[in-house]
Amino acid sequence: MPTPTGDVVGQRRWYYPLMAFPGIAWLLVLFILPFFAIAAVAFGQLDPIFNASVPTWNPLEWDFTAFGQVVDELVSGGPAQLLFVRTLIYVGIAVSLCIAIGYPVAYYVARHGGRSKVLLLTLMIAPFWMSYLMRMLAWVNLLNDRPDDPGLVNAILVATPFFDAPVNWAAGETAHMTVILGLVYGYIPFFILPLYAALDRIDRSQLEAARDLGGRPGSTFWRVTLPLSRQGILAGTVIIMLPMFGDYYTPDLMSAQNKTRIIGNQISEYIRSSAGRAPQGASLTLLLSAFVGVLMIYYLVSVARASKEARR
Amino acid sequence: MTATTSSDIATLERSTPKTIGGMRRFVSNPWGRPRFLAGFTWLYIVWSIAPVVIAVQISFNAGRSRSVFQGFSLQWYEGIFDPTSVNYDASLLSALFQSLRLSLITMPIATILGVGLAIGLARWRGRGSGAANTLMLFPLVTPELVMGTGLFLIFVNLFDALVKLGTTAQILGLVTFSISYVVIVTRGRLFAIGRDLEEAAMDLGASPAGALRRVLLPLLAPAIFSSAFIVFAITIDDFVISQFLCIADCTTIPMKIYAAARNAGNPGLNAIATIMLFTSLFAVACAVLILRRYNRRHGSSSSAVEDFARLEI
Repeated sequence: MPTPTGDVVGQRRWYYPLMAFPGIAWLLVLFILPFFAIAAVAFGQLDPIFNASVPTWNPLEWDFTAFGQVVDELVSGGPAQLLFVRTLIYVGIAVSLCIAIGYPVAYYVARHGGRSKVLLLTLMIAPFWMSYLMRMLAWVNLLNDRPDDPGLVNAILVATPFFDAPVNWAAGETAHMTVILGLVYGYIPFFILPLYAALDRIDRSQLEAARDLGGRPGSTFWRVTLPLSRQGILAGTVIIMLPMFGDYYTPDLMSAQNKTRIIGNQISEYIRSSAGRAPQGASLTLLLSAFVGVLMIYYLVSVARASKEARR
Repeated sequence: MTATTSSDIATLERSTPKTIGGMRRFVSNPWGRPRFLAGFTWLYIVWSIAPVVIAVQISFNAGRSRSVFQGFSLQWYEGIFDPTSVNYDASLLSALFQSLRLSLITMPIATILGVGLAIGLARWRGRGSGAANTLMLFPLVTPELVMGTGLFLIFVNLFDALVKLGTTAQILGLVTFSISYVVIVTRGRLFAIGRDLEEAAMDLGASPAGALRRVLLPLLAPAIFSSAFIVFAITIDDFVISQFLCIADCTTIPMKIYAAARNAGNPGLNAIATIMLFTSLFAVACAVLILRRYNRRHGSSSSAVEDFARLEI
């Protein structure tokens, strides 16, 4: 009788890849192949009669005319450039606000949560599992400006002596502010959680050491806690930046004005338009993916560097 | 600098009256309870939860207002379920059915594929395993807009003879989107279990399939069920992929909210949103409770809620 171990090792060699195979095949066909489809449409042709996009699947026959036009428009200051710049400004302000609001909250729960830690965490995680669209709907209700049915915010403002009529938050000067509020409200839970995890991992003995060596609370924070939580800030920032760059529903729900359109609105409109704009939409998607890809690589590289420094 | 600091504090504490000394201790002791931070945190929590609570309250409104609560009534829920109600809106019920259908079908497919992938990747140390591990992480970080665009284009241009845009395409897209979550949850448990028990079973003569079925899967069961509930919760809330892969007759609740939120509607929209909210919170609560029971039985030190807080990393 042969030893069972030998048989088992022989069998296991194909056994585990086989278990992973269906999942890998699924992702190859429905995750990787779609990226190729985006390229095939971006570098493909348009049917001159029906205005339908005709993708080119052979990379050797790719035609870069539509892609070149989109890049030209971005570089030379066309409407697409305005959308890209606006996206960057919105994301920049929203992420800064998420850090400014999220850091103290994550810090408090991680360091001083005490007995109410589980309660605080549960309340912090709850929005995470609420539909994003429902949370936007909640704000649409609150900011409503219909004179016959003003939302809570406007009702309170009108009751004060400073406002005579409800403010139309979705339009005018306040439109940008409203969209940024939507972005911050929507994504901040995703920022706080990784940051909380990083702050929670900090070894208390390091803070005690800083105190015992005479560090004041301020300098302990700046020179010990903050550097040790940098990785968490970075992780949280990237985690919320990636979906923000692909957002189009927050401006649509919070404002729906022409002046709050961002790059995601343009892409989703082009891709589904029947006016033959699919190659432009696909080109913009490729450029956005490249931009977001740089962000992801920067993140992965800095994580690797930080762990190398930690080992030294 | 060190010397100045400690002598400063010492002088201050000796020379100041009790209340100022107390305040000074409060400011200088990082282990005390910082009241400002506590207030800020609770303010944040109120800000993050209150709008949703108000939206839920409005769904029970006796009037038509989506802003002012005019008394308690279930009329907007009757408007979803009762065809004889004056508020009846058939599109709300069909959106609810579509959302439930997508989540319930996606749940088992994504769970089976994801658990297989997790076990395979955790135990397989051959050529290709590194690439497969990286591939698995990408759906988590790719913006949904990019995934939605790619899926839309591939269904329209390549698979159009097989799958038309609609329910089937939506399910295929949602499974793609949620496999990685299953892998992350399951893999965490796999590392905690280790491979000793499985190897012991095989040394005692079990085949790999036998060891898997009789040792590993029972141990993994809590992670498998909890990831199934997580898949349910994220697919019922999903908007972008469902919207990109739909042309007609496949509107989900989030799509309904997107289309109707800015119009002068009625609290019926809040009612359907509330149903979705409690369905997905219920699913997540199930996932947490399953993990918590498992943690208690195995004497894990961290609470299930804390495990969940670390889930996304």
